[in-house]
Formats: sequence, C-alpha cells, structure tokens
Amino acid sequence: MVAAVSLIRVAGLARVFGAQRVLDGVDLDVAAGEAVALLGANGAGKTTLLKIVATLLRPSRGSATVAGHDCVREAEAVRSVLGVVAHGAHVYEDLTARENLAFWARLAGRPADRDTLVGALADVDLERHADARVRTFSAGMKRRVALARLALAQPRVLLLDEPFAGLDQRGRKWLEGRLEAFKAGGGALLMVTHSFGRELGIADRIAILADGRVALDTPRAGLAPDDVQRLYLAHTEDVS
Amino acid sequence: MAWKDLLVERRSKETLNALLFFSLALLFVFQFALGPDRERLGAVLPGLLWLGFMLSGVLGLGRAFLVERENDCWEGLLLTPGDKSAIYLGKLAGSLALMLVVEALVLALFVVFFNVDLGPALPGLALVIVLGTIGVAAVGTLFAAMTAQVRARELLFPVLLLPVLVPVLLGTVKVTEALLLREPLADVAHWLKLLVAADVVYLAIGLLTFDVILEG
Amino acid sequence: MSTALGWLAVAGLAAGLGMGFGVAPREVTQGSVQRIMYLHVPAVWVAYLAFTAGLVASIVYLARRRPAADRLAHAACEVGTIFLGVNIATGAIWGKPTWGTWWTWDARLTSVAVVFVMFIAYLLLRQAIEDRERAARYAAVLGIVAALNIPLVHFSVYWWRTLHQPPSLLKPGSSTMPPVILAALLVNFAALALLGAYFIARRTRVLAAEEEALA
Repeated sequence: MVAAVSLIRVAGLARVFGAQRVLDGVDLDVAAGEAVALLGANGAGKTTLLKIVATLLRPSRGSATVAGHDCVREAEAVRSVLGVVAHGAHVYEDLTARENLAFWARLAGRPADRDTLVGALADVDLERHADARVRTFSAGMKRRVALARLALAQPRVLLLDEPFAGLDQRGRKWLEGRLEAFKAGGGALLMVTHSFGRELGIADRIAILADGRVALDTPRAGLAPDDVQRLYLAHTEDVS
Repeated sequence: MAWKDLLVERRSKETLNALLFFSLALLFVFQFALGPDRERLGAVLPGLLWLGFMLSGVLGLGRAFLVERENDCWEGLLLTPGDKSAIYLGKLAGSLALMLVVEALVLALFVVFFNVDLGPALPGLALVIVLGTIGVAAVGTLFAAMTAQVRARELLFPVLLLPVLVPVLLGTVKVTEALLLREPLADVAHWLKLLVAADVVYLAIGLLTFDVILEG
Repeated sequence: MSTALGWLAVAGLAAGLGMGFGVAPREVTQGSVQRIMYLHVPAVWVAYLAFTAGLVASIVYLARRRPAADRLAHAACEVGTIFLGVNIATGAIWGKPTWGTWWTWDARLTSVAVVFVMFIAYLLLRQAIEDRERAARYAAVLGIVAALNIPLVHFSVYWWRTLHQPPSLLKPGSSTMPPVILAALLVNFAALALLGAYFIARRTRVLAAEEEALA
C-alpha cells in the first residue's frame, strides 16, 4: 500500500489537570483513508486526547496536528476540516431537523439553501422528518441529524466519541456504511470506543491508551474480539 | 444566530414568560414596599423602572447561553470555524430583542399601575431605553459567555455584571428622571453622551474579544 | 530586583511618614486625624496606576499569550484592589470622627467602592475557573473591561452627585492646595507606588512559583 498522507499526527502529547497527569507522552498517527479505534479504561485520557485534537483543549506539552495545521496555533484551520461526533449531538431540541441544519450551516458560512439541506437529510434517511422538532426524535435519529450536519461541512477528519452508543442494529449498520464511505473518500477517522465487538469492524488499527501513553498500536485485521479483549486487559491491568 | 435564538424562544417561550412574571412580581413588591404615598413614588419612579429593567436583564442575560448548555451545543459553537463575532452579535441581537419586548411591556404596566403620564416624553424615553439596553446586553452577552461553563455561574454572573453597569444605570435613571419631569433633553446631553460612549466601548470590547472567550 | 524595590519602598515610606506627620501643617478643625489623608489619597492613585498596568498586561497577554503578562495582570489587579481597600478603610477611619459617619455616598467614595467591587469580581472569576489557561484569557478580557470602565464609573458617579451642570475638569478642587500639602501627598504617592510595585514584583514571583509546582 502506498504510504498515505498522515492527517492526524500526535507527538509527545501531554496534558496535566491540576496535579493529575492525564496524558504523558502520546504518539499517534492516522493516515488518510484510515480509521483508528482508541481503547482504554475509564479515565485513561481518551476523551482528553480527542478534545485536544479537536482544539477544545490545549496540551501541556507536545503537539497535535490535523491536516498539517497545528491544533493550538492554527485552531481555526483545523476546525474548518474537522468533524466531531461527541456524546452530545449538538442539536437544538426546539428546532426542526431542517432548521438545525440551516443554523449550523449558516454559522459555518456554508450554503444552506433548501435543496442542500433536504439532500443532506435524505442522505441520512430523515427527509420525511425534516420539519419535525428534534425533541421528538430518538437517539439514533438525533445522531443522524448530527451526521447530516457534519456531512454538509464535508470534513476531512472525523473524531468520534462512542459513535455507536445508543444505536439499534439498523442504525449501526447504517453508520458503518457511512464511515466506510468516508474512509473511501480519503478521510481519516479517530474513534474512541469501549466495545470490542462489531463496532471495531471499521477500524484499521487499534490503539490502547494506558498510563497516559499509547500502550499498544496494532493493526486490527486478524484479531477476533476475544483477542482484542485479551490485549486490552493485558495492557490496562498493569496500573502499578 | 439571532434568528435561531428567537425561533427557539418563540417555540419554548421559557425566558419570555419568566422575565414577564418576574417583572410583574417586582412591580407588586415595589408597590407594597413603597406604600400609597404618591409623592414618594413619583420621585423614585425612574430608579424603580430601571431597577426592574436591570434585574430582569441580569436574569435574562444569565440565561443567554442556557439553550446552548441544555442542548449540549456549546462545543458546537466552539468548533465553528471562522469569525466568532458573528455569534456575539447574533446572541446580542437576540437578547436585545427579548429585553426590549419585556421592557416595553413593563413600561406599559408601570404606566397603568402607577398612573404615569408619559405623553411627550415617549420618544426620548424610547431612545434612552434602547441606549441603556444595548449597553446592558453588550456586556451581559460577553460575561454570559465567560460564565457559561463555570460552576458558580448563577452567583458569579450578577456579581460581574452589576458593578460594571453602574454608569449605565446612573445615566439611564438620570435621563429618565429628566424626561419624566419634562426637562429639555439638552440638559442631560452629557448623560446621553456617556451612554453612547459606554455602548461603544462595550460593543468594541465584545466584538474584539469574543473570539478569545470562545477559544475553549 | 524586588529586594531593591523593597528597600526603596521602606525608605519612601519613611519619607512619606515624615512628611505626613512632621512637615505638613496641622489641620485646624480636624486635628491629626486629617493626616490620614496622606495615606488615603495616594492609595487610590496607586490603585488606579496598578489597574492601568493590569490593563496593559491584559492586552499584552491577549496579543502574545505570554504567561508572564498574565501573572503581571493578576498581581497588578490584586495589589490595586488591596490599595483600594486601604483607601476605603482609611476613608472610613477619617470619616467617623470628622463627619460622624463611617460612610457617605459622596462621589469619590462611591466610585472607589464600585471599582473595588468590580475588581473583587475579577479575583472571584479567576478563582472560579480551574483551567489555568482559560482563567488567564477570561481574566484578561474582564481586566480590560473593568479598567476601561473606571473612567465611566468616575464620571457617572461624579455627575450623579453634583446635580445638573457637567463639570469642566476631571476632579475640580485641588488647585488651591498649599504646596507643602501637595508635596507631602506626592512624596507619599511615590512611597506607596514603590510599595505597590514591590508587592506586585513579589506576587508575580509567588505566582510563577505556584505554576512551577503544578507543572
């Protein structure tokens, strides 16, 4: 395989919260068209790492770069190519799906005409609910609105924090398909997850975060869920 | 942005209702606290009016980013690429519209309950209300963003806002007083200039520094 | 540097005290209590000087993001607030025997009180935000707002207390002061300014040490 362009590059990243050293020298690369799943115990720093790459937090040491832009010094440039799917869906409950998309699109200075919006909603299978208030949506539907919003922004890098949580079987399949399409289009994907099962299917590599560092960074191919679990326990048990 | 806030507000009516009932409650408290003495009432009326406006302003602005917090959209705002001053102006405009509506209604209630004759003072009054409210909203929106993610925000926000707004409070009360006493506006021109200056300063700082607040 | 400042401050204070108690004339009606003015008045000048330094430091911090600028802003605003506190306290001590009351809502006291509360709020904001970098940014913005608001407060309170005519000068009144008193005030001002600078230097040192300990 041709050496792909690294869209996310994390080097020697450290982050301290008060007296607590949450990240202590993290090195990680995600290339274009690649998806990396980030595993780790609760409090291992996965969300912190994600936030730093998302420019929502500053590192105490080290650097994070997205598409060649430094996350601290060129935060705006990073934000314009980044898409984030976090726990909160970033949708306003009292607005309709279409209105939500219109708001976020206009805020980012992107086209928000009727056709574009409806098209985005159709892509996520929500065009029938375009004018219903988001308050009435299920978790999966809200997630889909969030993804439609992201799709409008056409990011090159996706940061996901447990994207499959709360989705039913159908929703999961659908999301997998979209993420595969995203990878195929040359996007890079960094995903935080707690599961060892099917959700890891789209990941090309697995990285395990422990003790503030990447304890293991390995290709996923050929690993069964049991293997993954074994590796996970092996690297996270040892917290002495 | 303003459009979004107004839409949300129109649909939920939360803040508007809260502010209206709060102002009504204040009205009653003023009436009871001051008693039926007409003379005394007339003298303190401008102060009372603006006290009411300020308090409901603090209440309303304190909730300026509530809709973002409740819907988990704060991060979304942070992640928006591009110039954040649009967000500031949008929020400001939304809050401004809301406050002006409430103030107009409260003014009407004041006229009714305290039997005030506004007459020729009305245009001047409208001017000073707009000037004052712009000042309150300009600083308030900035401070609301600053305290949005702070734990003690309900306490900290008024403590931050009220001392800073003392000049605006003094200015508006003085002008309102003069207007109600049918004095010529020229007499209080210096106050109006102060209000305009304050508005300009606050807006300028808000526009220039909102980016910094939304950095994370 | 701060040790030199410290000694200068001590020398200045000695000179100031000397001026205040020795050289300056005894006020006819108020007696020796009036001498507290030599502490009361320069204190507020030093405070405003400190807040101006805080303003500049805050702007520098926002432009350059140098932690040293943030520490300076923090220390300057703290010291300024302390000096305002001194001004208010000495004002009360002066006021009780002189006017019979601890407090009056006259223009100067009121505007100082408002500025005092503004900067207490500044300190509270710094306390309330845990993330050091965010606290620095937000405090810088607040510092700028508060400092630029000082003249607005000053004018509005002064006009509020003097009815309808707008005043022609910043704070009319001191032009008929005998030169001895003026000299005493200035000496004390210099002394307090040195003291203030000394405090600020020490405080920034402490703040830097705190940050080191956390890193």
